[in-house]
Amino acid sequence: MQLVADESQTWLRELRDPETREAAAARLHALLLRAARFEVGRRRHSLGHVQAADVDDLATQAADDALIAILAKLDTFRGASRFTTWAYKFVLLEAAVKMRRRAWQGHEVTIDDEAWTRFASSGGGDEVETGELLAAIAQAVPRCLTDHQRRVLTALALDGVPVDVLAERMDTTRGALYKTLHDARRKLRAELEKEGLLP
Amino acid sequence: MSRLLNRLLGPGEPEVTCEQCFELLDEYVELEVQGKDAQAKLPGMRAHLEGCPACHEDHESLLAFVRAGGRA
Repeated sequence: MQLVADESQTWLRELRDPETREAAAARLHALLLRAARFEVGRRRHSLGHVQAADVDDLATQAADDALIAILAKLDTFRGASRFTTWAYKFVLLEAAVKMRRRAWQGHEVTIDDEAWTRFASSGGGDEVETGELLAAIAQAVPRCLTDHQRRVLTALALDGVPVDVLAERMDTTRGALYKTLHDARRKLRAELEKEGLLP
Repeated sequence: MSRLLNRLLGPGEPEVTCEQCFELLDEYVELEVQGKDAQAKLPGMRAHLEGCPACHEDHESLLAFVRAGGRA
């Protein structure tokens, strides 16, 4: 454990010291690029139509952006993990967001309000219990949710729009959208409990 | 519960926010890799990872990369 802490402290010291900062940042960038390539490799299937060189550019951009973010946030490293694990989460997030947005580039996000009407009438599920719940949800949505909550729930939960893509299109953040989704889910659960459909 | 119901209703348990999840993700993953009870140490993380597809994917990626020794 002490070895891990020492290793993390060495990273912090070298990234802060003007004498060693450049070399340490270059070493860190190489690690971040490896992580970014790992991530784009995992998600390559979502970008079937994109050239390999463009996908590698995404990885490089993710490593570049993550390095900037990490250097700006060095003081927030709490030492709860290895420094490198802490750093990897920044680059994996950057790579994932870039991949999701690239996959949806040129695709319009349309929120289909009529989907709930069709959903309610179809029952939506194979099993009787599931179908009953889904039908109750479809009826509760227009009754219990605000327009904004309904649009966010429809896009994220029904249409499968990635939250980062929706955040970009709606000029907001992942956290703000998830909070809206969370509030909508809580209202729906309360409604289903009231109707005796959920324990 | 079906996957669609999960997406619509979420985990129905207290959960952290996306921002808190990102803040704790590295610690959570290292606890998992060490075989420790990450959920007990950081309550609300598992529920959030079940409810938020994007954070779920970010968690899977970090866990896979760390398990690969950061050398994949």
